[in-house]
Amino acid sequence: MDLLIQQLINGLSLGALYALIAVGYTVVYGIVQLINFAHGEVFMMGAFGSYTTWMLMGSPTNLSIGVALGLVLPAMILGGVLVSVGTALLMERFAYRPLRNAPRLAPLISAIGLSIGLQEAVRLFYGQIPGFPDSRRAIPFPVIEGLTGRSIQVGGVTIQHSAIFTLGALLICAALLWWFVNKTRMGRAMQATSQDADTARLMGINVDKAIATAFAVGAALAAVAGVAHGLRYNNIDFQMGFMAGMKAFTAAVLGGIGNINGAVVGGLVLGIVEAMATTYIPGQFGSSAWKDVWAFAILILVLVFRPQGLLGAKVVDRA
Amino acid sequence: MLEVKDLAVSYGRVQAVKGISFTVEQGQIVSLLGTNGAGKTTTLRTISGLLRPTSGEVLFEGKRIDTVPAHQIVTLGIAHSPEGRRLFPRMSVEDNLLLGAYTRRDAAGIREDLDRAYALFPVLGERRGQAAGLFSGGEQQMLAIARAMMSRPRLLMLDEPSMGLSPIMTTTIMNTIAELKASGTTILLVEQNAQAALALSDRGYVLEVGAITLSDTGAALLEDDRVRRTYLGVD
Repeated sequence: MDLLIQQLINGLSLGALYALIAVGYTVVYGIVQLINFAHGEVFMMGAFGSYTTWMLMGSPTNLSIGVALGLVLPAMILGGVLVSVGTALLMERFAYRPLRNAPRLAPLISAIGLSIGLQEAVRLFYGQIPGFPDSRRAIPFPVIEGLTGRSIQVGGVTIQHSAIFTLGALLICAALLWWFVNKTRMGRAMQATSQDADTARLMGINVDKAIATAFAVGAALAAVAGVAHGLRYNNIDFQMGFMAGMKAFTAAVLGGIGNINGAVVGGLVLGIVEAMATTYIPGQFGSSAWKDVWAFAILILVLVFRPQGLLGAKVVDRA
Repeated sequence: MLEVKDLAVSYGRVQAVKGISFTVEQGQIVSLLGTNGAGKTTTLRTISGLLRPTSGEVLFEGKRIDTVPAHQIVTLGIAHSPEGRRLFPRMSVEDNLLLGAYTRRDAAGIREDLDRAYALFPVLGERRGQAAGLFSGGEQQMLAIARAMMSRPRLLMLDEPSMGLSPIMTTTIMNTIAELKASGTTILLVEQNAQAALALSDRGYVLEVGAITLSDTGAALLEDDRVRRTYLGVD
């Protein structure tokens, strides 16, 4: 029983990480019907942005828990968000907007190019900054006192502080996002644009701005995921966006691409499936080497049997 | 109020509107009539800025608006209720109406106009929280007109408001249009139902394959032999 609960918690915290990234795929798809395959790199840039912020603060170590959690960590998150949002806005403006009326394949290729370009840029140039670590290999993520390596015991179950951080971050981000999309003027403009862009223009909505906002919102959550990833795995690297991005994309499709609630549910379900597969599938098929296989098997099953996703993507039903 | 001069619009190599000119005076209802593909919708979409003319000019209250981005047209005082109603189907009635008032910042005035819309169309008020896509065609048309009015336009452009509606519902919508005119809104109406449109119109223009072939007062066009044969089905 302890093992089941333990794996459920492991799965939820991993799933929360996927969910934070998956939201970015889904909001962008919802508004421009584009799979932004460079979104994994937006997440990676967020992690590097937070690391850079820490470096610029003078790489503070051995801090009191209060300073670490009250000052350094928020600053790192803010720095990561700024870098991710900046990256996403530049992407949208220069790589996607010029291709908005091009055939579907063009922005997709643009996305793949951006993805490779950003990875290579970080690999080649990040370590060239004087005093910065070699970015061709994994960089140890800063130790945040009170979070890194700490855990609590509940009965026979261990809960990492980083897991609590990730789940808490998802909860807060999801609530903020719900409020933004449903209760603000810009949120309504985004919804209107995703349902009917031309008619949104007739209402006076600046569609370009609504689309850029969708990219920015997704990027902000990806940056939070970048920090959560650093805290969970204790290091970051230029390729981290690839697999995380693929998993989050799977989560978005699993939940129903275009559906924000779906992305959150899809992320959590995928995380739990991975955790359970490594525990309950016997023999070598249950080894951690196979966990990615199970995740992508889910993607294929969903695409074949329920292409609209678990929560049923909102179908285009023009009035 | 609105002046369209030698307007030409093309989709790629196909010229949909071939140099048309017409005017809409303050306080009038002006109809554009014609069959499918005559260029009526294209004309409205060009005035709204969704399409760009290949030549010609559009002037609103004396100023050229044919280079103004679509999302700024509504702030000039022109609202466009598009063909097929084009509501935001998954959003509530109230959210649709609020989007109609998107460019306005006067919360109190918006509230007032919402109440007025609900008074004018009680069915919308009773079901204000329901998704717009769940309503009948006639109710959706009411919502589309109400949404367009939420920007407090001086010129309202309605594209095929009677499309797909029952004769009774068509009468209701036409009465609403007459009421809007009475309350001071200038209206540019595109219709296939020439009879209903001309009965309301101060002036009508007949479009055929992108060109205006006939223009006169609404009453005169109703009596015109060519109009009667082609659009009213009278021998």
